[in-house]
Amino acid sequence: MKPGNRHNCEMVPSHSKRTALTDERTVTYIIHKYVQPFCSSAEGFFIFKSGRCRLAPTGTDASSYRNINTDLLKAVQKMIQLTNVHKRFQLNQTDIVAVDDVTLSIREGEIFGVIGYSGAGKSTLIRLLNGLEQPTSGSIVINDLEMTTLKGAGLRNARQKISMIFQHFNLLWSRTVEDNISFPLEIAGVKKAERERKVKELIDLVGLTGREKAYPSQLSGGQKQRVGIARALANDPEVLLCDEATSALDPETTNAILDLLTEINERLGLTIVLITHEMHVIRKICHRVAVMEAGKVVEIGNVLDVFQSPQAEITKRFISQVSENTDADKAIKHLQEDTNGKLVKLTFIGERTEQPVLAELIRKFEIDVNIVQGNISTLRDGAYGTLMLQLIGNPAIIDEAILYLHANEVKTEVLTND
Amino acid sequence: MIEQWFPNVNWDKMWEATGETLYMTAFSTVLTFIFGIALGLLLFLTSRGQLWSNKFTNVITAAFVNIFRSIPFIILIILLFPVTKMLIGTLRGPNAALPALIIGAAPFYARMVLIALQEIDRGVIEAARSMGAKTSTIIFKVLLPESMPALVSGITVTSIALVGYTAMAGAIGAGGLGTLAYLEGFQRSREDVTIMATILVLVIVFIIQFIGDLIVKRLDKR
Repeated sequence: MKPGNRHNCEMVPSHSKRTALTDERTVTYIIHKYVQPFCSSAEGFFIFKSGRCRLAPTGTDASSYRNINTDLLKAVQKMIQLTNVHKRFQLNQTDIVAVDDVTLSIREGEIFGVIGYSGAGKSTLIRLLNGLEQPTSGSIVINDLEMTTLKGAGLRNARQKISMIFQHFNLLWSRTVEDNISFPLEIAGVKKAERERKVKELIDLVGLTGREKAYPSQLSGGQKQRVGIARALANDPEVLLCDEATSALDPETTNAILDLLTEINERLGLTIVLITHEMHVIRKICHRVAVMEAGKVVEIGNVLDVFQSPQAEITKRFISQVSENTDADKAIKHLQEDTNGKLVKLTFIGERTEQPVLAELIRKFEIDVNIVQGNISTLRDGAYGTLMLQLIGNPAIIDEAILYLHANEVKTEVLTND
Repeated sequence: MIEQWFPNVNWDKMWEATGETLYMTAFSTVLTFIFGIALGLLLFLTSRGQLWSNKFTNVITAAFVNIFRSIPFIILIILLFPVTKMLIGTLRGPNAALPALIIGAAPFYARMVLIALQEIDRGVIEAARSMGAKTSTIIFKVLLPESMPALVSGITVTSIALVGYTAMAGAIGAGGLGTLAYLEGFQRSREDVTIMATILVLVIVFIIQFIGDLIVKRLDKR
């Protein structure tokens, strides 16, 4: 499916058995599944242990591993690189800075989310990627092609490999489902027989079999977006840009479309860049996320890291979209004023969410536990949960209990007595 | 009975005049459709934020359209006498009416084309651009098909206006039902001839409207 990037990766930790990864798809799969969620930068190295590829713990002596292969890291090729990108608009004599000095890289095969409120510049950012907008300054390299210098036929050919889906689908109402999907193939000059074959394949892929002859007006929103996705995939793109692709859909349809995007990402190894204002979308399918505010990227990282410890104020607000409710906040405020016991917030990540930490805590320590609020967010590659507890009892024992939690890799914050 | 009510009507002449009116209307409608769409596209594409955004061309085209749309048709015919003479070689007969009909109607239709094109969702054009479409592809595969129902209802209205224009052209010798109604009917005080010519004009108009509506209905999949 993808050109280039044909590395024979081999990772040989000193103790475990030699494991040769010669299949590109396997490498991509492992990186998606195990490396990206836990590794925020392309630094460090990986070890392959008990069937899993992991980032070596910090402080690991690299020399104790023989032949650690950096090819794996190179295999995670950069697909998109933005460097110091600015975009200014002139609107009624006022200068508007839509994109302000954005530098970021997006890896091949990842689902990269950009979240921000309307006016944050994310729509402009995504349009810079396929040259629908030209940056005022800066460099945009996609698959080794500098987009900012492309013009005419060069730009049009590049666009065939960077396709886009839209919030309002933007289908041609005058064409049937199959003719809409056929449109980009006509643009690319594909022969009729080949077009028909490809269209049929795409209709099957997006699950619209039987609706080939329908017009867009006869379809539901979700079906229209499926046509949009099929149309975007027609010319075997390397990058798929999603411009608020689910914002016009109801929650159930949103999930179905997100599942389809995930499936496409995994099956075709396509790099997906999506912009949204819904944290739910980021949480469900993205590997990494960038948070935008007033044209700047204020935070960027793996979805799990960002969820676990958001840095920017706006990121915290986005996360509260999906993890908190205001009723609970009120109850917590009320409890914070209660001097009886300590209010603690536990954060569980990954496997910890599946273990009965709480039961052990109650069994081991003589304290009363009052559960105030709890929730688990399922991210793309693991779970993340918070639990708000009121611990009542002897302060010394409470402190011991908190230490016990820390020892069990549960991040614990004390919220009272401040 | 018809003989009783329309004693002065020479049916051979009447049918010949109807034929001439139909000929002038059909011919000028086809050319108005082509020139009007070309002008309308130029107006649309050169407007702000569009593919060929160009203020100078836009202003010039708009001025041309507005001037020819504003000149009363009967005056336009007279002003175009030299052009007609050069193109057709005569000032009489159905062919002589064609330049004035087309030059009078195309700018009128161009405005309707512009409105039709402005109705197209900008997102659809953006989608086509994002697929790497050339401007010509966008014109022939997006702009025209997507605005076709509005273009057809526009040409229906224009075509009906053209039937009226042919009658006016008829008054100064272009032939058709206008000439018949004016020379045979009005000037010889034979009201029945005028009325019969009017009835035939009405029938033509109704048929055009019917056909136009039918096509729009079949085209519109929204």
